[in-house]
Amino acid sequence: MSAVERLSVFKTYKLYVGGKFPRSESGRVYEVTDKKGNWLANVPLSSRKDARDAVVAARKAFGGWSGATAYNRGQVLYRVAEMLEGRKEQFVREVAESEGLSKPKAAAVVDAAIDRWVWYAGWTDKIAQVVGGGNPVAGPFFNLSSPEPTGVVVVLAPQESSFLGLVSVIAPVIATGNTAIVVASERAPLPALSLGEVLATSDLPGGVVNVLSGRTAEIATPLAAHQDVNAIDLAGAGTDDGLAKELEIAAADNLKRVLRPQPVDGADWAATPGTERMTAFLETKTVWHPTGALGASGSSY
Amino acid sequence: MPTNAPSAAHALTDVTASDRTLRRFLHGLPGVDAVGLEARAASLGTRSIKTTAKAYAIDLAISMVDLTTLEGADTPGKVRALGAKAVRPDPTDRTAPPTAAVCVYPDMVPVAKEAVAGSTVKVASVATAFPAGRAPLSVKLADVREAVAAGADEIDMVIDRGAFLAGDYSKVYDEITAVKEACGTAARLKVIFETGELSTYDNIRRASWLGMLAGADFIKTSTGKVAVNATPANTLLMLEAVRDFRAQTGVQVGVKPAGGIRTSKDAIKFLVLVNETAGEDWLDNHWFRFGASSLLNDLLMQRQKLATGRYSGPDYVTVD
Amino acid sequence: MASVFEYAPAPESRSIADIAPSYGLFIDGEFTEAADGKVFKTVSPSTEEVLSEIAQAGEADVDRAVKAARRAFEKWSALPGAERAKYLFRIARIIQERSRELAVLETLDNGKPIRETRDADLPLVAAHFFYYAGWADKLDHAGFGADPRPLGVAGQVIPWNFPLLMLAWKIAPALATGNTVVLKPAETTPLSALFFADICRQAGLPKGVVNILPGYGDAGAALVAHPDVNKVAFTGSTAVGKQIARTVAGTRKKLTLELGGKGANIVFDDAPIDQAVEGIVNGIFFNQGQVCCAGSRLLVQESIEDELLDSLKRRLSTLRLGDPMDKNTDIGAINSAEQLSRITALVERGEAEGAERWSPACELPESGYWFAPTLFTNVTQAHTIARDEIFGPVLSVLTFRTPDEAVAKANNTPYGLSAGIWTEKGSRILAVANKLRAGVIWSNTFNKFDPTSPFGGYKESGFGREGGRHGLEAYLAPSSPEGER
Repeated sequence: MSAVERLSVFKTYKLYVGGKFPRSESGRVYEVTDKKGNWLANVPLSSRKDARDAVVAARKAFGGWSGATAYNRGQVLYRVAEMLEGRKEQFVREVAESEGLSKPKAAAVVDAAIDRWVWYAGWTDKIAQVVGGGNPVAGPFFNLSSPEPTGVVVVLAPQESSFLGLVSVIAPVIATGNTAIVVASERAPLPALSLGEVLATSDLPGGVVNVLSGRTAEIATPLAAHQDVNAIDLAGAGTDDGLAKELEIAAADNLKRVLRPQPVDGADWAATPGTERMTAFLETKTVWHPTGALGASGSSY
Repeated sequence: MPTNAPSAAHALTDVTASDRTLRRFLHGLPGVDAVGLEARAASLGTRSIKTTAKAYAIDLAISMVDLTTLEGADTPGKVRALGAKAVRPDPTDRTAPPTAAVCVYPDMVPVAKEAVAGSTVKVASVATAFPAGRAPLSVKLADVREAVAAGADEIDMVIDRGAFLAGDYSKVYDEITAVKEACGTAARLKVIFETGELSTYDNIRRASWLGMLAGADFIKTSTGKVAVNATPANTLLMLEAVRDFRAQTGVQVGVKPAGGIRTSKDAIKFLVLVNETAGEDWLDNHWFRFGASSLLNDLLMQRQKLATGRYSGPDYVTVD
Repeated sequence: MASVFEYAPAPESRSIADIAPSYGLFIDGEFTEAADGKVFKTVSPSTEEVLSEIAQAGEADVDRAVKAARRAFEKWSALPGAERAKYLFRIARIIQERSRELAVLETLDNGKPIRETRDADLPLVAAHFFYYAGWADKLDHAGFGADPRPLGVAGQVIPWNFPLLMLAWKIAPALATGNTVVLKPAETTPLSALFFADICRQAGLPKGVVNILPGYGDAGAALVAHPDVNKVAFTGSTAVGKQIARTVAGTRKKLTLELGGKGANIVFDDAPIDQAVEGIVNGIFFNQGQVCCAGSRLLVQESIEDELLDSLKRRLSTLRLGDPMDKNTDIGAINSAEQLSRITALVERGEAEGAERWSPACELPESGYWFAPTLFTNVTQAHTIARDEIFGPVLSVLTFRTPDEAVAKANNTPYGLSAGIWTEKGSRILAVANKLRAGVIWSNTFNKFDPTSPFGGYKESGFGREGGRHGLEAYLAPSSPEGER
């Protein structure tokens, strides 16, 4: 018997929406290549209807996820890191191919991404203590400010850093209880679509993160205008000032919170982040309660 | 005035049918938010009562004073002087109205009665082992009967705060009804809660309803003998109670803050509370009283100031 | 209210505020005419009397003021925090000293009762400066990184409902953090901001640190659009807020917006009823309801609707409407003819859509802009008066059956600024407060404000917070690894 080289099984990359893996409603795909132009895969070309479905899924998931305990969210984020650790090889390959990195460099990027999940997992039950607290008002009131998630957040993932950048923009959004619609890097969407598979097996409730691939401008435009989206992170619009401005203008229709492209977005994302990506998608709720119902009594005879 | 009094009164009769129903009713009354209540009282305290309104308020306040002496050292001479002052508060100005009543211990009722004879001034007597109220019911009732027999027009009783705080509402209720019976038709009954000892506003609201259900003609804050006496907030709360009680039963009950009201400015603030809470039906000494002693002289000095345009001094009002 | 106890007029003395016949723009420490010489008149809404003639800022003036602020920025931002603090403390103290004068001025120009300017606006204004003064030399400890930097020139546009208080909310944190300011007060209420300019003079504030540009919307738009403005802060309508968000899109200008609201005041059957009634009244009739966080929707549990409405109507009958300068006035004038006609139109719409209108017997003065306290019953979520911000003394009453339904109805609005909860059950307060999508929640109270307490909205009520430590963020560039935002 002569040895025939085994033909590998290709993976069909699919979207991740509402905890499921649909193909694009458009029925269309586009070709993804490595840096040298070699074919890697066909990925779904999401339409505005896919975007709409993702918003519905994210909104549906918001109540449960924002209502989960911070401890629970921390456990889930940590679980994502655990799952990634087990599938490291796959991500190293995808990152290497997508970003044209050597294996060791790609491995370092994946390690950093896993560590970033761990970093944000630890933030879930601390951010409220750091940015909230009691306010010493001049009156008989107990007054407490607490951060709450903004709601449904559209995240345009960085175009260049297809995995570390991606994780660096998703994790802070969901750590605090928001749900996310992530538009993957247009040129290098494979790590994002694979991340969906990891999230699906990490106890993350369906709909908390939804991943769309396709033309960033095409998907982002209806999302920026969507009235049931509360915020948008423009990291992935960074290389196109015209697009970022257009999206910001569209976002004004329902006063979405807008995180503009940051100087860091074009960099390698290696530095430990601050809290800004979390606080950008937090609302401060301040609640007043009267005090002073203790009563006073006593006889003097 | 609501006209559905009979049926409403009947509904509330059910309330007092048993210890359980009474407790359930009192504990079912809306709660009181202390901060909100005090803020409302303070806000009404910022009303600016000037010129004609002030003149009206001062005369009204004088006419509402239960001029009081309740001391171990009271003598017939002291009570006679008090009676004379009540009948004619300002000897230099006959237009100053008489006070509503003099308020004395039971043994001083005959003296007081004589001192105010021929005037509109009533004689009120504290009773029921004032101020502590710690005596057997039989003693309390004897106290009341003697005062009434001596001619008291009004009886100011204290409730058993111990029983109230222990949750024995029926005992308090029964005592009030017994005292009311002892008053008969001759005397109106003022029920003193000693709000300072009840401590919480929820208790004061419950006590107010308990007293009214038991037949109080007046509900009164305090004896004047404890640390916390009448305050704008507890009086506001009691004014809400009489307002609501009339709306439900058709029965109007008076209110008497006592103790700690010493200045005209304070008294006027209380009248604003009456005006804007219970309403003008209570702006009459049949329905609102001040239990006070030093207040009267301040009212008189302010009255003189309004009349003459000059500030008066303590040598121009009588010391009794 | 015809009563046996009729309160005699108790007017505050208007001579306490010495209003000049005309005022200029305050640019670079000087009062100056507008470049094009334009002026406008400010009137007293309670009498329609002209109070003064004011220079009207245009685009050229905006440019002049921004340049002045830019020139002042270098030195001002380089001052040690402790020195900036002392300027702000001086301002706070001068405001306290002049508070009676300023209260009278504000009442004359705005139409709100002297009771409110005296007891609410002015104490809060002074407290706000006092609070932020203390931050100026402690910014390293504010949680925005070590050595956070000011942004530069802040362009600030404020409304007419709390003219001096909104100025304080804008200017105090901006100066404490080392920014310089160009502020445009509303065209119907420019006077207190111009008096504030004089307070800056008395405090010896370096010229150009604060610039005041009275004017109309065009001046505000020019200020927001000015390329050398680093920070835009706006309080006002949601429509204008959206326009501003579009204007600053694609720039590096930091933006905070404090916009409209349609606050729900939720009354459960176990509420402290008498205090709830006060809270409802305070919630919608404070400042004639011209308050972005007003409790303009009353959500009452069906089981106590009748009882609560009876109490509420009885209480409304005791409100005293009239001369805002009278110390006993509860309800003053509507700020402008324009606002009055907007309120009137929405109320007519409410009636046309079938809601039931009620007002207490109430005589309106003959001159000036007035609207009687009004409540609507038989209102549903579908009614315009339950959805649109009226910004007037008009309360829409809706009912609910369960806490879930109360929360759903309260949140069923594009706004998310304020809400009230009335119940004696502590766990219900916490549960409902947790579910409400609003930035400020008052449980068993309403319309309470404090410089230490962050204020601002969710959703279309805007973004960013004013007050407290949170209020610093809008004026600082954090120095974290992620760089400026």
